[in-house]
Amino acid sequence: MTPANASLKSDVSSSPDWEKIRADFPILQLHIDGKPLAYLDNAASSQMPQQVIDRLVRYQTTQHANINRAVHYLSEVATLEYHNARCKLQQFINAREDREVIFTSGTTDSINLVMHGYGRKFIKAGDEIILTTLEHHSNIVPWQMLANEKGATICVVPVNDKGELEVDEYEKLFNERTKFVGLIHVSNALGTINPIKGMIDFAHRHGVPVLIDGAQAAPHITIDVQALDCDFYTFSAHKLCGPTGIGILYGKAALLEAMQPFKGGGDMITSVTFEKTIYNTIPHKFEAGTPPIAAAIGFGAAVDYLTAIGIEQIAAYELGLLKYATACLNDIPGVRIIGTAAEKTAVISFAIDGIHPHDIGTILNQDGVAVRTGHHCAQPVMQRFNVPATSRASFAFYNKKTEVDALVAGIKTVQKIFL
Amino acid sequence: MHTNSLYQEVILDHNRKPRNYGKLDHASHHATGHNPLCGDRLDITLQLEDDQINNIAFQGESCAICKASASMMTAAVKGKSRANAETLIHEFRELATGKLDTNQPHHLGRLTVFSGIRDLPTRVKCAILPWHTLHAALNSLDSASTEADDSAPTMPDHS
Repeated sequence: MTPANASLKSDVSSSPDWEKIRADFPILQLHIDGKPLAYLDNAASSQMPQQVIDRLVRYQTTQHANINRAVHYLSEVATLEYHNARCKLQQFINAREDREVIFTSGTTDSINLVMHGYGRKFIKAGDEIILTTLEHHSNIVPWQMLANEKGATICVVPVNDKGELEVDEYEKLFNERTKFVGLIHVSNALGTINPIKGMIDFAHRHGVPVLIDGAQAAPHITIDVQALDCDFYTFSAHKLCGPTGIGILYGKAALLEAMQPFKGGGDMITSVTFEKTIYNTIPHKFEAGTPPIAAAIGFGAAVDYLTAIGIEQIAAYELGLLKYATACLNDIPGVRIIGTAAEKTAVISFAIDGIHPHDIGTILNQDGVAVRTGHHCAQPVMQRFNVPATSRASFAFYNKKTEVDALVAGIKTVQKIFL
Repeated sequence: MHTNSLYQEVILDHNRKPRNYGKLDHASHHATGHNPLCGDRLDITLQLEDDQINNIAFQGESCAICKASASMMTAAVKGKSRANAETLIHEFRELATGKLDTNQPHHLGRLTVFSGIRDLPTRVKCAILPWHTLHAALNSLDSASTEADDSAPTMPDHS
């Protein structure tokens, strides 16, 4: 824990000072069209606290050099800090070894890495890949590309009317052709928390590896990859108060070692001749070229920051916001919440009868309320619930009830204008 | 900009009561427009005779801006020649992307009510989709996409 974060968790048993924590985020002081910003688009990207911004500034002003190459002071410092960031991520997800953490450009890049590195080597014609209706496009499209290339088949787990996976149907999909499972931990469109532990165990009983897309889970749920026993786990820094352009892929060391490299280039080799290249060991085998060093160090600072508050404290606070917002929206006639799973993170996708989400988003923006409107890169979910798009309010630990009130007032303005 | 200057009564009225809504049974031309960013779809059918648009209709799922734009577009081009319609398509795209000098002569008339859209870059494609689709229909292209639009939107000023 850095000194800057020490005040956040002086006493684990007491509730954090949420007002003080909110003050760490300079962007939340903005006004939009003269109205205070209510930033409720955290599922798309969360904001960055001053502590992370300061860490990036410190790196750029006093520590920057390329890594793993030179013997001079700055290169040694940058290399060490980059390595420290990897270790922080290892601890954050409780991986066995730091070499099981690969820095990527984000969740999408990680899934593509697994598709190319594992899928193209081990999945063959006639094989089946199980995905779910809740997947983000980033955990659909790469597997479709692979299936088209190899002649494999995608099988899809359905969801019930609450937006919960039908686990019985998942289990029925398994047969001797099943070779891979891709599973979203938390639905970005609905907030549903999926029962991944049991689903991973079931897949393993059939000898099938499982990739978990944790982009929406890592900011809200304590991730323990050893307890989950998942084969791959991935998420992005920018949804955890860190920079864009960086994320991780966790993979079991034995699997990563068996995989082929995804991208070729510098630093992912031990020797190159025009006749032959010998690849580096993991994690370097999968980190070709100069990585986003500053972003990785910022990512480390972000998980320091979140860890200092406590993911469980964050989850409890956000659950309070979710309950309050759900009750408020349920009280507005004509508003329908899509995704009512028993286990949810603080995401509310909603539709207003007779009003298109884009018009809702534009009017809410006028009141300073930032929500996402659209299909959330999850078109199969939209098709399942027979809507072209939804409006989505997604909360973070720095949000407060008055911002929910601003959302409610904005929705009433929308209805007044259009109905 | 203030959003109310975009959602003016004339736009809200066309959203509530869209003109020329539906599908022509014996269309000579048709096209489907698609905005992949939001999933909106729009079908346009029209009857072109001697290079004149004798009738036109639209239907589909879309936001108020798109629906009002489509409604006012059909009213504006009905009875017009293909060349006049293409002129309107060009001028409307210029208007929506902030490139049209409305102080200079133009043919848009009440369609200038959409001028405020230029300050909402994320909504420009909503307004332009029907016009893309009309252009596709007139040129016997089956489909149009807002992603074919190469106009660079301007940033809103929230200072």
